[in-house]
Amino acid sequence: MRLEYFQMIDRVVSLEGDAIRVESRVPEASPVFEGHFPGHPLVPGVLLVETMAQASGWLILGRNGFARMPFLMSVKEAKFRNFVGPDAPLEVTAKVTHDGSGYTVTEARVTSEGKRIADAEILLRSMEFPHPDLEAAMRANAVRIGLPGYAA
Amino acid sequence: MAADNSPTFDKVADIIAGNSEVSRDSITPESHVTEDLGIDSLDFLDIVFAIDKAFGIKVPVEKWTQEVNAGEKPAEHYFVMKNLAARIDELVAAKSA
Repeated sequence: MRLEYFQMIDRVVSLEGDAIRVESRVPEASPVFEGHFPGHPLVPGVLLVETMAQASGWLILGRNGFARMPFLMSVKEAKFRNFVGPDAPLEVTAKVTHDGSGYTVTEARVTSEGKRIADAEILLRSMEFPHPDLEAAMRANAVRIGLPGYAA
Repeated sequence: MAADNSPTFDKVADIIAGNSEVSRDSITPESHVTEDLGIDSLDFLDIVFAIDKAFGIKVPVEKWTQEVNAGEKPAEHYFVMKNLAARIDELVAAKSA
């Protein structure tokens, strides 16, 4: 996990059908923790939402074979149930709950060592890749995180 | 509200009012979803999701949009409320056929 680069996912554990399971470890140190919060470093809730959105995005890319890029459109029922700080191992799951025309809805969840951290309903809209650099970067990231079918 | 509104129209109008800032009273069978009601793309996505769930269908928005953009169908065919309700009825009928 590299918070300041929005690199939230370290590794895909499994991608089967309509569900994905990924792992990440919160870094020991990050400029994010200097502000959030002094003396009490916590991963901001918005970055936990981003983590769930990225897991959902990789699920969609894995399912559509990079045909289109998913973009975050809405987040509902986001709940942050426990604090998570530096060096915490995270497990993130996302499951497709609705496959619409040009959009996908997922239920995503973050846990750490069995403890519930956050969950939300995520809606992503899939569009043609707006720039080849983005597609190339996403494909390179797919190799980095070991997305099934794209592992190095 | 006119008494002869179809149940589908009423249900879709309720969904739109519940997923946007449009007041229920301002939605008529002649309302154009974007031009008259001012629904933006995000609200429209939420509305389509709610319609999909409520009717157990998959509204083919992308296909509709392609047809409108290609000039094959006028936008009113899909996006005026009474026509949208008719299209939904067709999708529901096709699903149960």
